Amino acid sequence: MHLTVGPNQFFWKPDPWSALYDELARIAVDRVVIGELICSKRLPFYQDRIPDAIETLLAAGKKVAVTSLALVTLKRERKMTAELAGLGAELGVEVEVNDLTALAMLPEGTAFSVGPMVNVYNEGTLAWLASRGATRVCLPPELPLASVAALCQHARGLGVAIEVWGHGRLPLAISGRCYHARLHGRTKDNCQFACEDDPDGLTVDTLDRQPFLAINGVQTLSDTYANAANQIEALREVGVSGLRLSPQSTGFARLCHLFRQRIDGKTDAAALVSGLDEIARGMRLSDGFLSGVAGADWTGKPLQPL
Amino acid sequence: MEIVCPAGTPAALRAAVKAGAHTVYCGFNDETNARNFPGLNFDRAEMREGIRFAHDHGSKVLIAINTFPRAGAEGIWHDAVSDAASAGADAVILADPGLLAFAMQNHPDLRRHLSVQAAAANSDVINFYARCFDVKRVVLPRVLSVAEIAAINDQTKVETEVFVFGGLCVMAEGRCSLSSYATGLSPNMNGVCSPASHVDYHDEGDTLAVRLGGYTIHRAKPGEPAPYPTLCKGCFATQDQKGYLFEDPVSLNAEQLIPQLKKAGVTALKIEGRQRSRSYVAQVVRNFRDAVDALEEGRELPAGMLARLSEGQAETTGAYRKIWR
Repeated sequence: MHLTVGPNQFFWKPDPWSALYDELARIAVDRVVIGELICSKRLPFYQDRIPDAIETLLAAGKKVAVTSLALVTLKRERKMTAELAGLGAELGVEVEVNDLTALAMLPEGTAFSVGPMVNVYNEGTLAWLASRGATRVCLPPELPLASVAALCQHARGLGVAIEVWGHGRLPLAISGRCYHARLHGRTKDNCQFACEDDPDGLTVDTLDRQPFLAINGVQTLSDTYANAANQIEALREVGVSGLRLSPQSTGFARLCHLFRQRIDGKTDAAALVSGLDEIARGMRLSDGFLSGVAGADWTGKPLQPL
Repeated sequence: MEIVCPAGTPAALRAAVKAGAHTVYCGFNDETNARNFPGLNFDRAEMREGIRFAHDHGSKVLIAINTFPRAGAEGIWHDAVSDAASAGADAVILADPGLLAFAMQNHPDLRRHLSVQAAAANSDVINFYARCFDVKRVVLPRVLSVAEIAAINDQTKVETEVFVFGGLCVMAEGRCSLSSYATGLSPNMNGVCSPASHVDYHDEGDTLAVRLGGYTIHRAKPGEPAPYPTLCKGCFATQDQKGYLFEDPVSLNAEQLIPQLKKAGVTALKIEGRQRSRSYVAQVVRNFRDAVDALEEGRELPAGMLARLSEGQAETTGAYRKIWR
């Protein structure tokens, strides 16, 4: 199984942003997806650092992809998306499509990967994407194991590698409205970068003060960090070829290392989970989409074979 | 402009047609449509009959097959498309690329509309869907302003349909799994959002706690209305604020924007609410039909006629005005 680090979903200052990719170059992850997924207004703050970060990662032997935005509406965003294919070719990396607008802009015949924000729920859509040049698909985190299994089986015949969400706050929704700006009584156009002080998103509680969701600009995430520590054997058995880890502001390199050890059979799920607690005490976990009833559930148990 | 009206039952379909609906949209009574509620929607015979009734009265029928087929069970969705074709539907409303490909290959003459669930939010991707699947119309996601809709229409030949009344998704449709995160059931997979089966009202003495999937997202004092706990319109708290962090419990009413939407090149106006009663549907349809007729004839639009039908009495024009963002 390979480990992919997904695009950073949050708005980080340029220095911590660069530090993340310098660190990833030094540790045992296989693929890194880089670029802006959530908000086009953030990109100018670190855009000029992307080529260097990619070069560092490639020199360290990592596979690299550049992501599209998850929702493309504005003229500026369409232009950005149109430029992605050229940028990828120039830097020698592929594009990860997270909105079909990016696929619409890729020259026909270009190989690409598909991120978890694209709705790949069934064999028909998988086959259509493969016919357009998809070589790797990270499935939407909402899918249960039975769907993952059916898709993996179909993907083998298509020569497509299947990746599943391994760790991180779940991307649950995307909107035209910026919730960080709304919270500060501003509109999206005049947001004044209200999201910049929440490098892991801002936790949203229920009225019983139970942590529930997290807001990140136009994105809504889970409060919990979805974690597949207990499902790795089951995922491997159905043919999943990689796990996706989503960057967080504390202990991320250590987290990647713990996952590597778990995948390589050097530690078990319990050791991984307790290791995570040492990294970020009080980080709440979930595995409900893969093996529970609701996404927020934490079963903490291996999946029964299908 | 064409008025596209919801029908959750054969009775609502007949009511909408009689009230002047140019077009009615509905779904089969299973997980293939995004309003998969108990007691709602059409079996195959009802669908054939409903289409016959509509056609006899000069109205069209669109069938929404707009959830995402489940891996290993695509046949259920394929059958729905095939049955829509044989029942004589004027078009199917689809969101999933795999299902669009199936429909194009197996029923090339059945007109295809792109569902709002596909969240196609710019002309590039809309034209891409047209190239790949020959879609003739797109239902636009509720994240766009009127100016952006006009820009889209300038750059595509695909007809556009926009929501003007009823429930309002705050998130890009088809890209939201808040409901399955809290309850296990989602719009994309199950055709439900914040399902009633997971709602409970807990009496706490002086207040009523409203919960979804066990999460308290409203508290109402005696005499206060307790809105239905749809997740994106719930009441939440951050460290220092409490309130409707995503959206107030409002519903959409873009009635007064109809002239601007027409100018923006919009072909069809869509009314949400397949879960609504036939009398509600009939009244909304009548009012919107009057409004577009008035517009065509150069008369002034009647104002405020629909306010009392709205959820919780509060209304918004949503993303159509840019300040909503």
